[in-house]
Amino acid sequence: MMSSAMRARLRALGLIMPLMAFLLVFFVWPLATMMVASVTDGTVRGVLPQTATVLAKWDGEGPPTPEMAASLVTDLRMPVDSLAFGDAVRRLNSELSGFRSLMSRTASAAKGAGEGQALDLVAIDPRWGDAKYWLAMKRAMPLYTDRYLLAAVDLERDASGNVAGLDANTSANRQIMLRTFLIAASVTLLCAAIGLPYALIAAASKGWVRAILLIAVLLPLWTSLLVRTAAWFILLQNEGLINDALKTIGLISEPLPLIFNRTGVIIAMTHVLLPFMVLPIYSGLLTIPANLMPAAASLGASRIKAFRHVLLPLAFPGLMSGSLLVFMVALGYYITPALVGGANDQMISSVIAFFATGTANWGMAGALGLILLVVTTVLYLVYGRLSRSPTMVAT
Amino acid sequence: MTLKRTISTIGAAGLALSLAAGAASARDLTVVSWGGNYQDAQKKIYFEPFAQKLGKPVLDESWDGGIGVIAAKVKAGEPNWDVVQVETEELELGCTDGFYEKIDWDKLGGKDKFLAAGAHDCGVGAIVWSTMLSYDGDKLKDSVPTSWVDFWDTGKFPGKRGLRRGPKYSLEFALMADGVKPADVYTVLRTPEGIDRAFKKLDEIKKDVVWWEAGAQPLQLLASGEVVMTTAYNGRISGINKTEGKHFKVVWPGSIYAIDSWVVLRNSPNKNDAMDFIAFASAPENQSKLPEYIAYGLPQKEAAAAVPANLAADLPTAEANLVDAVALDGAFWVDNVEELTSRFNAWLAQ
Amino acid sequence: MRVPLVPPPASAVGRVNACCEGPLSAFINLERISKSFGTFKVVDDLDLEIAKGEFLSLLGPSGSGKTTILMMLAGFVEPSSGAITLEGKRIDHLPAHRRNMGVVFQNYALFPHMTVAENVAFPLVMRGVSKTEAAERVARAIDMVQLTHIKDRKPAQLSGGQQQRVALTRALVFEPNVVLMDEPLGALDKQLREHMQLELRELHRRLGLTIVFVTHDQGEALTMSNRIAVFNAGQIEQLASPEAIYDHPETRFVAEFIGETNMFAGKVEARDGARTKIRLDAGPMVEAYLTTEFASGAAALVSVRPERVGLSETSNAANAMPVKVLDTVYQGDHMRVRLAGSGVEMVAKVDRKTRAWAVGAEAFATFNPDECTVIAP
Repeated sequence: MMSSAMRARLRALGLIMPLMAFLLVFFVWPLATMMVASVTDGTVRGVLPQTATVLAKWDGEGPPTPEMAASLVTDLRMPVDSLAFGDAVRRLNSELSGFRSLMSRTASAAKGAGEGQALDLVAIDPRWGDAKYWLAMKRAMPLYTDRYLLAAVDLERDASGNVAGLDANTSANRQIMLRTFLIAASVTLLCAAIGLPYALIAAASKGWVRAILLIAVLLPLWTSLLVRTAAWFILLQNEGLINDALKTIGLISEPLPLIFNRTGVIIAMTHVLLPFMVLPIYSGLLTIPANLMPAAASLGASRIKAFRHVLLPLAFPGLMSGSLLVFMVALGYYITPALVGGANDQMISSVIAFFATGTANWGMAGALGLILLVVTTVLYLVYGRLSRSPTMVAT
Repeated sequence: MTLKRTISTIGAAGLALSLAAGAASARDLTVVSWGGNYQDAQKKIYFEPFAQKLGKPVLDESWDGGIGVIAAKVKAGEPNWDVVQVETEELELGCTDGFYEKIDWDKLGGKDKFLAAGAHDCGVGAIVWSTMLSYDGDKLKDSVPTSWVDFWDTGKFPGKRGLRRGPKYSLEFALMADGVKPADVYTVLRTPEGIDRAFKKLDEIKKDVVWWEAGAQPLQLLASGEVVMTTAYNGRISGINKTEGKHFKVVWPGSIYAIDSWVVLRNSPNKNDAMDFIAFASAPENQSKLPEYIAYGLPQKEAAAAVPANLAADLPTAEANLVDAVALDGAFWVDNVEELTSRFNAWLAQ
Repeated sequence: MRVPLVPPPASAVGRVNACCEGPLSAFINLERISKSFGTFKVVDDLDLEIAKGEFLSLLGPSGSGKTTILMMLAGFVEPSSGAITLEGKRIDHLPAHRRNMGVVFQNYALFPHMTVAENVAFPLVMRGVSKTEAAERVARAIDMVQLTHIKDRKPAQLSGGQQQRVALTRALVFEPNVVLMDEPLGALDKQLREHMQLELRELHRRLGLTIVFVTHDQGEALTMSNRIAVFNAGQIEQLASPEAIYDHPETRFVAEFIGETNMFAGKVEARDGARTKIRLDAGPMVEAYLTTEFASGAAALVSVRPERVGLSETSNAANAMPVKVLDTVYQGDHMRVRLAGSGVEMVAKVDRKTRAWAVGAEAFATFNPDECTVIAP
C-alpha cells in the first residue's frame, strides 16, 4: 500500500512534469543533439559501407588501388536515400573542396553504366587518380571524430594523425573567439561603469524621476532592431548627430569614425544590454534597508566612506549578476556587430550562423557552440566561486 | 463570470484550437521569396492572381537564404514551405543533397523555352539579377568610376567603398580589378594562385571597405555618403531611383549576373499546386509584367521578348548590359564556399 | 510650552540611578526648535535640556514629534529654526558623522555584509583607530554583551535579541557623547523586551551613559527613565520623573496617555494650601491635591488612578462617594470593578483578597486627596 507521503511526492512530481518535459524538449534535447553532432561522423560510412571497409585496410601510402575503385563503384550503384547521400557528399566536400562535383559526376556514371561492368574512375574524373581524394575519404570514415572540435580552435590532424595548427590564412576561429570575449568583456565593463551610477541614482530618486529613468533604460529592449539600427545610423554616421554636434562646437574638424568599427559595436551593444546591468543592481539596491546609510553616518562614516564601505559592497552582488548576464548575452550577439561593425568586429555567432544556416555543416556549428558553451560554463563556475567567498571586509 | 459561461468559453477555445489544428493539417500553398518591394510585386502579379485561379489562399513568407534553413525544413519531415525562390548555389547544393522535388518540365512547355541557366532538373528560373558597381550620380559628377580598377583606385576616388561581406563577388571583382578579363575570372579563381591573387588584391583596399550584408544596406551607405561607391543589386538601385528620386548610377561592364530559381521542397504536401504555381509564374503573359515593378531580367524567353523596349534597356538581360558581364559560376561556389568563407573570415580577422 | 528644568520629586531619586541628584546641568540643549514638512508643523517651538548621565525617554503617540527630535539630535534632520548645543557648542549644522552620537535604530540597521565583529569595529575603523587597538576594544565590547561566541556570524544568522545587542554594542564602542535610541525594543517579543529593558538599565547605570530613548510604550518609559518627556502634537506636554508623570499628570493628555484614569469634571470651590475643594458637576464635593494655580470657580478636572480608589461598606474618608457595583472582572493580580453612583462612573482596581464584591452591591468609593490631581480641562 502506498503511504500518503509517497503519494504526495508523486503528486508533486506530477506537477513539475510539464516543466521537466519543457526543459527536456526545448533545452536538454537540442543541446545534446548539438553536442552529439559535433563529434559524430557516420554519414559517409553509412552510404559507402564497402569503400569504408576497403579504405580501413589501406595504409594511405602509394597510389589508389583498383580494389578501392571497385568498392566505390559498387557502393554508388546501391539504391540509397538521396538525403543520406547528400549528407555524405556535403561531409566529403567539407573535408576537401571539390567532392561535390566529383561525387555527383561519378555517381551518375556508376548508375548509368550496366550492372557488374567495371569502370575506369580516372577516365570519369582525373581527380580520382590523386591520392588526396582517397585520403580525404579515408579520414571521413570513422564513426566518431574530433575534427570539428579541432577545427573550431584552428587545429587539425595532419597526415600522420598528430594534432597540428591550421594555416593562419585559412581559419581564424581562435582569433574570432578571443575577439568575441574581448568585445563582450568591454561591453560588460562599460555597462558596469554606466549601469552602477545609473542604478544608484534611480534607486535614490523617487516618483516620476525614477519612472523616467527606468523607462529610459528599458526603451532599447522594447524597440525593434530596425528602429534601433536606424537610430544608431542617425547618431553615429559621419554626418550624424554626434559628429555634427562636435564639429559645431569646434572640438573636431574631421568626423570621428563612430560606425562600422569597434567603437560603433561597443556603443550599440552597451546601449542594448544596459538594462541587463541596471535592473539587477537596482533591485539589489532596493532591498537595502533605508536606515543603513544614516547608521553609517551616525557611526562616523562620511558620505564617501559610507558609499565605499556599505553601499558598494551591498550593490556588489547585483553588479556581479548584472555583469554575468551582460557578458553571457553579449557573447551571443551577431546582428548588431553585422549592422554597425566593421570587418574586424564580427563575433563567433556569425561564424556559427554561417555553418548552421549557410552551409548546413551542423557538426562544425555544434563544435563551435560547444566550445563557447564550455568556456562560458567555466567562467560561470569561476563567478560562482567568487561570489560565494566572503565579500569585502570593512577595513 | 458564471460557471456556465466559463464552460462555454473553454468549449469555444477548444473548438478554435481544433479548427486551427485542422487548418494546419491541410496547409495552404506557401511560397517563400526575398521580401521587400520585389515580393510586393510578386504578390501583385503572381500570388494573388494564382490564389484566385486556385480558389484557395496562397500564403507568402520571406527569407534571407542559406541552405541550412532548407536542410532543417526538409529533414524535419513534412516541410512547412512549398515553393521557395533560391539562389544558384542553393539550387545546386539542394539538388545534389536531395532537398527538392524534380521539376515537371512538361507543365512548363519544355526546357528550351528558358535560358539555359534557368532550366535545371530541380528548379525553374525566376529572375536574372546583377551585382554591380554603383555610385551616387549627384555626388560624383565630373569624374565617374567605370570599372573595378576605378573601384580600387583610392587616390582618384577617395572615400570608403561598400562590398558584400563574404568571398562570393569580392574575389571575382578583385580579380577583375587586377586585370583579369571578365571571361577568365572563374578559370583563374579555380587555381590556388588565383585565389591568393584575389586576396592579395583585396588587401589593397581592406582598410577602405565597409562590408554590408543586407541588400538595403548599400543604398543607405550611398545615400548617407558613408561610402563613395559600393556594390549593389541592380533591382534595388533602379527601385530607389524611382521611389525616392535618387540618381544612383550603375556600371554594367564587370557586373556579375545570376539566376534565382523556383524550387519545390521535397515531400511538400502541396506538390501539384506548387508545380502549377511555378508554371503560372513562368507563363509569358504573367512574367512579362515584372519589369514594370522591378528591373530584373526574365529567364522565360517569350516573356523577355514581350517586355517593352524602354523597360528592357534597364534589365541585366539587355544585350548592351551583357557586354563584359560575368555569369555567376554556381558550381565553383558550391564546391568552395565553405573553405573560402573560412579563409575570408581569417583574412578579415588579420 | 516652556518646561522648566526642575529637579524630580525626592521620591524619584535613586529609583533608576543616582545621576540626577541636585540641580541638573544642561549637557545638550534644544532651544526654540521648530520643524515643518510643507505646511505641517512636526515640532513646534520646543525647548528641551538633557542632563549628562540621564536616561531621558521621549514618549508620545506616533506623529507627536519625538522621533523627529531624535533625528535632529543625530543630525539626519535639520531643524527649520532654533539651535541645538552640546556642552555650549552649536551642533545643529554639523553633519551626522561628526557629532559623535551613537544611534540604535528601530530595526538595528546592522550591515548585512559584515560579521558581528566587523559591525562593531566599523565606528572605530571610521575614526582611524589602529588595528590592534580596535581589535582589543571590539573584543572587550563584544565580551561585555556576551556575544564572543558569535562574533564571526553575519546579522542574518542572529536572533532578534542578539541583533539588538550587536546594534547597542556598535553604538557604544566608540564612547559617544550620547546614545540615541529609536524604539530599539519594538521588534522583540514581550519577554525578551522586558529582559532587554533591565539589561539597558544595568548598562546605563554601569557606564554612566547619557541616553535619549524614543518610545511609544509607557511601561517601557516608566521602567527605565530618569525623566520622561511626554510629547503631543510637536510639543512637550510634561517633562518629569516617572512618578511625577504618573501620579501627578499636569495635563489631561498626560493623564489619559499614561496608564488608566478616572476623570471627573467640576469647579474649584475653596483653596486650603496645596489642597482644594472641587464641586463636581454631578453633585459631590471632592478634595484634591493641587499642583498649579486655579482661580476660584474655574472649571477643572479631577484625575484619580483606578488603583488609588478604595472600596468599603462604610466610610468617613474625605473623599467618599456612595456607589453601586456594576461589574467585576477577575484580572489575576487584582479585581477590576466598575462602579456608578452620585452621578459619576468610575473604575477601581482592588485587591481581590479584601472581599469579593457582588454585582449590584452598595459601597463607598474612597480616595486620598493627595492621590488625585486637578487638571485644567
